[in-house]
Amino acid sequence: MRAQADDGLPAGPAAGEQTREVTLRVNGVGHRLRLPVRRLLSDALRHDLERTGTHVGCEHGVCGACTVLLEGRPVRSCLILAVSVDGQDITTVEGLAAPDGGLHPVQQAFRERHGLQCGFCTPGFLLTTVAFLRETPQPSEEQAREAISGNLCRCTGYQNILASVLRAAELSAGREEQA
Amino acid sequence: MSGGRITALKPAPFGYSAPASLAEALAVLAEVGEHAKVLAGGQSLLPLLSMRLAAPRHLVDINRVPGLDRVEIVDGSVRVGALVRHTDLERHEGAAAAQPLLRQALRLVGHPTIRNRGTCVGSIAHADPAAELPGVLVVLGGRVEASTAWGSRQVPAAEFFLSPLETALRPGELATSVSFPVAGPRTGTAFVELSRRRGDYALVGVAAVVELAPDTSISSARVGLVSVGPTPLLVDLSEVLVGRPGGARELAAAAALALEHAEPEADIHASAQYRARLVEVLTTRALAQALANASHEEAA
Repeated sequence: MRAQADDGLPAGPAAGEQTREVTLRVNGVGHRLRLPVRRLLSDALRHDLERTGTHVGCEHGVCGACTVLLEGRPVRSCLILAVSVDGQDITTVEGLAAPDGGLHPVQQAFRERHGLQCGFCTPGFLLTTVAFLRETPQPSEEQAREAISGNLCRCTGYQNILASVLRAAELSAGREEQA
Repeated sequence: MSGGRITALKPAPFGYSAPASLAEALAVLAEVGEHAKVLAGGQSLLPLLSMRLAAPRHLVDINRVPGLDRVEIVDGSVRVGALVRHTDLERHEGAAAAQPLLRQALRLVGHPTIRNRGTCVGSIAHADPAAELPGVLVVLGGRVEASTAWGSRQVPAAEFFLSPLETALRPGELATSVSFPVAGPRTGTAFVELSRRRGDYALVGVAAVVELAPDTSISSARVGLVSVGPTPLLVDLSEVLVGRPGGARELAAAAALALEHAEPEADIHASAQYRARLVEVLTTRALAQALANASHEEAA
């Protein structure tokens, strides 16, 4: 396949590489950029947009560290081509805290219940939990276990993460009562 | 923002098309034919690309093709379009009522996060012998709609799976939908599997369908076995179960018959002997659950 820009725009820097111009909408802000078509979403976020909050662990969809929200649903960003999600809404861990730095209830819960040690897996757990609690605001322990079963953590032994998820449900409920 | 120094490219280079209509997708597939792979959810394809176990020359990304994301219950089947994500079918109440085996199996496909992106048709077209949905298609006797620029054909499940990761789809064909027959009256289904961790591929999985006669004896029984052969295996258990109530001794005979048809092999996850034992245990459990569900149907 020859180098080509299939939308009439100038081709990217690497010869022999098909590129494509796309808009990545990350945390409410649109970024227009030209990407190699084989760029993974995880790498586009980290390398092209320099948003390194999304972590990459296994890079083949097993560990869950790179989980982001795509149109509100958690997905593995290492299992999606960036050009495939042109124009769609992406939420990364950088989009969780309030503009003034106030923690999201899920972040607050992980802090309170020591739901992290090294922190490498944490962004994936946070986004998975945020989406889970939107659909299941008052989860049972069993439902919480199921919800985080696709995310791996090598430090905590999961007990404090589970406690954090359940605490996050309490904090989120409290916030709604105040609102 | 970043310059050309950043490489961060895991897959080998490929050409890429993102057609905006089915006609355009089929035209591209007709042109690139055997060198193309279709990208829908990509939850099986992307790891293969990133590890460079697969290096297709061209990817046809169908995520922008309108009309492929529908679940319809038509002509006695649940018809699932090529862009229906596992999560969407799992939550579809009409589909769950028409064919309960779908939701029973979908709950076991990967993790919720994988199900949010992965598609049902993609899982079937990928034809992993350990995957759940190919087993469901086989045990229900469903079919795959294969489309080209010149028309479409229906491929019965029994003819669709050829060997691991190989199907009857021809170069240039797109699997546009799969159809699962709806459950008949007095029919019960179940899907049971054992995996080392939740969300892993099944060491063995069993999909069971049991139909009862008006007198509540069994009128037909069959299982679809996954992860114990190059393709999902269909085993008709009617010869040991028809006309009987389905007690423990009969289920044990059915499990033994299922094992006769299985081809368990050893890998790093389990020995062949262990898989063989699982075929018996899980077949018994799946049949017992399907029977209970059929009796529940009967009572309802």
